[in-house]
Amino acid sequence: MDVVELSRFQFASTSIFHFFFVSLTVGLAFLIAVMETIAYVREDRRHVYEKMTNFFGHLFLINFAVGVVTGIVQEFQFGMNWSEYSDFVGNIFGVPLALEVLMAFFLESTFIGLWWFGKDRLKPWMRLGSIWLVAIGTQISAFWIVLANAWMHHPVGYEVVEGQARLTDFAAVVFNYKAWLYFFHVQGSAWVVAAFFVLGISAFHLLRRQDADVYSRSLRIGLVFAAIGTVFSVVSGHTAGQAAREDQPMKFAAMEAQWETSDSPAPWSLVAFIDEDAQENSFNIEIPIVGSVLAYNSLEGRYEGLIPLNEEYQELYGEGDYIPPVTWVYWSFRIMVAVGSLLLATAFLGLFLWWRRKDGIDTTRWFLRALVLFIPLPWVANFTGWIVTEMGRQPFMVYGLLTVEEGVSANTAGEVLAGLVGLWAVYLALIGLDVYLLSVTARAGIHRKPEAQLVAAPAPDYESVGHQGYERRN
Amino acid sequence: MDLVTLWFWLIAFTFTLYFFLEGFDFGVDILRPTLARTEPEERALTGTIGPFWDGNEVWVIAAAGLMFSTFPVWYGAVFSGMYPLFVLILLALLLRGVAFEYRNQVDSKRWRDLWDWMSFAGSVIPSFLWGVIMAKIIEGLPVGREGRVQGGFAEMFTPFSIVGGLSTLLLFTLHGANFLLLRLHKDTVLYNRARTAALRWGALATVAIVGFVVMGYVTEDLFEDFGILPWVFPVGAFLTLASIWLALSRRRDTLAFTMSGLTVLFATVTVFIALFTRGEVLPSTIDPDFGLTLEETASQNYTLVLMTWVGGIFLPLIIGYQIWNYYVFRERVRPDEGALTHGY
Repeated sequence: MDVVELSRFQFASTSIFHFFFVSLTVGLAFLIAVMETIAYVREDRRHVYEKMTNFFGHLFLINFAVGVVTGIVQEFQFGMNWSEYSDFVGNIFGVPLALEVLMAFFLESTFIGLWWFGKDRLKPWMRLGSIWLVAIGTQISAFWIVLANAWMHHPVGYEVVEGQARLTDFAAVVFNYKAWLYFFHVQGSAWVVAAFFVLGISAFHLLRRQDADVYSRSLRIGLVFAAIGTVFSVVSGHTAGQAAREDQPMKFAAMEAQWETSDSPAPWSLVAFIDEDAQENSFNIEIPIVGSVLAYNSLEGRYEGLIPLNEEYQELYGEGDYIPPVTWVYWSFRIMVAVGSLLLATAFLGLFLWWRRKDGIDTTRWFLRALVLFIPLPWVANFTGWIVTEMGRQPFMVYGLLTVEEGVSANTAGEVLAGLVGLWAVYLALIGLDVYLLSVTARAGIHRKPEAQLVAAPAPDYESVGHQGYERRN
Repeated sequence: MDLVTLWFWLIAFTFTLYFFLEGFDFGVDILRPTLARTEPEERALTGTIGPFWDGNEVWVIAAAGLMFSTFPVWYGAVFSGMYPLFVLILLALLLRGVAFEYRNQVDSKRWRDLWDWMSFAGSVIPSFLWGVIMAKIIEGLPVGREGRVQGGFAEMFTPFSIVGGLSTLLLFTLHGANFLLLRLHKDTVLYNRARTAALRWGALATVAIVGFVVMGYVTEDLFEDFGILPWVFPVGAFLTLASIWLALSRRRDTLAFTMSGLTVLFATVTVFIALFTRGEVLPSTIDPDFGLTLEETASQNYTLVLMTWVGGIFLPLIIGYQIWNYYVFRERVRPDEGALTHGY
C-alpha cells in the first residue's frame, strides 16, 4: 500500500473508532440529563431516578474518557496526514473545528467533572445545570464536526484563489443544507445508540427481576428516545440519499450499483453480485418501482448510472476514474437500511406493547431478550453508514475540488504504517477494555459498590449517597 | 497590531496555558511512583488532579484547532513535519487519559499497577516530546519547496532538542510537585515528600533550562534579533526558577507554584519571541529561502476576523468557568481509608 492508501485507512480507522465511543457519549449525555431532570422535579420518586442517573452516569463516565482522547487524534491528524488538504481548506475548515473546541469540548470536559465529583459540593440545581451543559456541549460538538464534514461533501461559500479555498460567506457554510441533514442523521443515530444501550441493559435486569422499580422506568425513557431517534435517522437519511442523487450522483448510483442509466420507473436492487472490473452486475434481484420512490418520492423517474456519470465527470474534472468502490458502498447501504428498519420496528413494537397494557413491556420476555441482543446493532448501522457517506465520495476529498491523492502529507509510507500499527494496537485494546468494563458494570447493576474511587470522588453509592445528599441540602 | 500578529500571540497564549495547566498534571503523574508508597496515597495523588486533567488537556486540542484555522500552512507543516513525534504523543495521551477512568474499575493490584505505569509513561513521553517539538520549531525542519516537509525520526533528536525535551520534562515535574503542595493536606507524609521532590527536581530543572538558553544562544543564534526588552523572558525564566528554592525554604507554597508557573510562561514565550523576531515561524534546514513566514502561513483576513470574534467571546468564558471549577474543588486532599466510603 502506498502512503495515500495508508493515510486513508488511518483516517477511516480513527474516525470509526472515535465515533464508536462518541455516538454513545452524545446520546447518553442527553438521556442522563433527562433522567436527572425527572429526579429533580419528581420529589416523590427521587430516590428511584437518583439511582438510575448514578448507574447510567457511571457507565457514561467509563466511555467518556475514551471519546475525549480519541478526539485528540482527530484534531491532530489533519495536519499530520493531510497537510496539503489543510493548506487548501484551512481558511474554511479550521473555523468549525476551532468552534467545536471552544464551544463544546471545554464545556463537556469541565462540567462532567463538576457533575460527577461535585455530588456533595454543588447545590442540586447546579448539578442539574452541569449535566445539561455536558449534554448541550455534546450536541454542539456533533453539529460543528458534521458541518465541517458536510462542507467536504457539498462545498459552499468559497472561492478558489491561488490553490487555496477562500471563505466568502460564513453564513452559507453554517446554513449549508447538507450540514443540517447530516447533523439530524448523526444526532438521531447517536440517540438510537444510547437508547438501545439503555433498553438492553434495563431488559437484562428486568429479565432477572432485579430492581424493577428502576429498570422498568429506564426502559420506558429508552423506548421514547429510541422511537424519536429512529424516526429522525430514517427521515433525515432518506432525505440525505435524495440530496446525494442531486449533488453527488455518483454516490447515489454506487449505493444502487446502477451501472447504466436506469429505466423509469426505476427498480430497486435487493441483492446484486457486483463485478467492478467488468462494470456490470452478474446477478441482480430487483423490486420494481421502489427505486423511483427512493430517489424522487414518486412512482416514476430515472437516475443516471455510474458509466455515463464517469464520462461526465471526466469532462468536468479531467482524465481519471471517478467511480467509487461500488461493492463496499452498495452492501454497506443495504446493511445500514436493514438494521435501521429493524430498530425502528423494535422501538414502535415496544411502544405498542406499552400502550396495549401498562406493564406489557415488562412482562413480554421474548421482547426483553431481543432488546439485550440488539445492543450492538446501532453501532453496525453507524459503521456502515459512514462507509456509504465517505467511500461514496471517493476519489474526492472535497467534492469536485480536491482529490484524496492531492491532499496527503509528504510522509513516507513506513512512517505512516508504523503509526498505524501503534494506533490500531491501542484502539483495539481500548475498545476491548471499554466493552469489558461496560458489560461488567452494567451486569452488576445498581447494587455494585465500586471497590475504590478517587479521593476527590466519593464512591457513587447508588442506593444512598445521592439521595441523602439531596435530603441534606433541601 | 494587525490580526496576523494578534493570532500569532493568541496561539502562543494557548500553548503557554496548555503547558502551564497540563504541565502540573503531567508532573503529578510522573511523581506518583516515587512519592506514593501505599494504595490510599496513590489514589490521593490522582485525586489532586482528578477533576482538572480533562479540562487541562482540552487546551492542546484548542491550540491545534486554533492553529489550523488561523495558520493552516504552519499547522500542516509542523504536524506533518514531525509526524513520528506526534504519533508518540497521541499514543501516550490515549493510554494516559483512559488510565484515570479505568484504574479504579477493577479491584486488583496488578490491574492498578498496570494503569499507574501507563499514567507514568503517558506523562513522561509527552512532557519530553513537547520540549523537543518546541526546540525543533526554533531549529527548523527540512522544509522543501511549497512548504512540504519531510522529517525523519532520527533527525528530530539533536543535542539542542534533547536538552529542550529534558527542560520541559524536569520543569513539568517541578511544577507538579509545587501543585501538590497546594493540594495535599499539610499534616501528611505525602506533603513532606512532595516538598523534598520539589527541591530536588527544581535544581535539575534549573540546570536543564540554563543549558537550553546557553545552547540556544551559542549554537542556534536564538537571540540574535532579540532587542533589549525580550531578554526579559529568558532571564525571567531563570530568576523565577531560582526564586522557587527561596520560596520553598520559607514555606511559601503559593509563591513557589506561581514561580514555576511563571517559568513555564517565560520559557514558552521565549520560544515564540524567537520565532517572531526572526520573522520565520518554521525555518528550513534545506534552504533558508524555503522557511515559512508568519504572513504566508496565515489564513485570509475574513477568517481571522471571524476567529477574533469567536475567540473574544469564548476564551474569557472558558477561563472563567475553569477557574470556578478549581474553586469548587479547592479543598486539600488527604490519603486515608475513610475517604473510600464517604468521601468529603
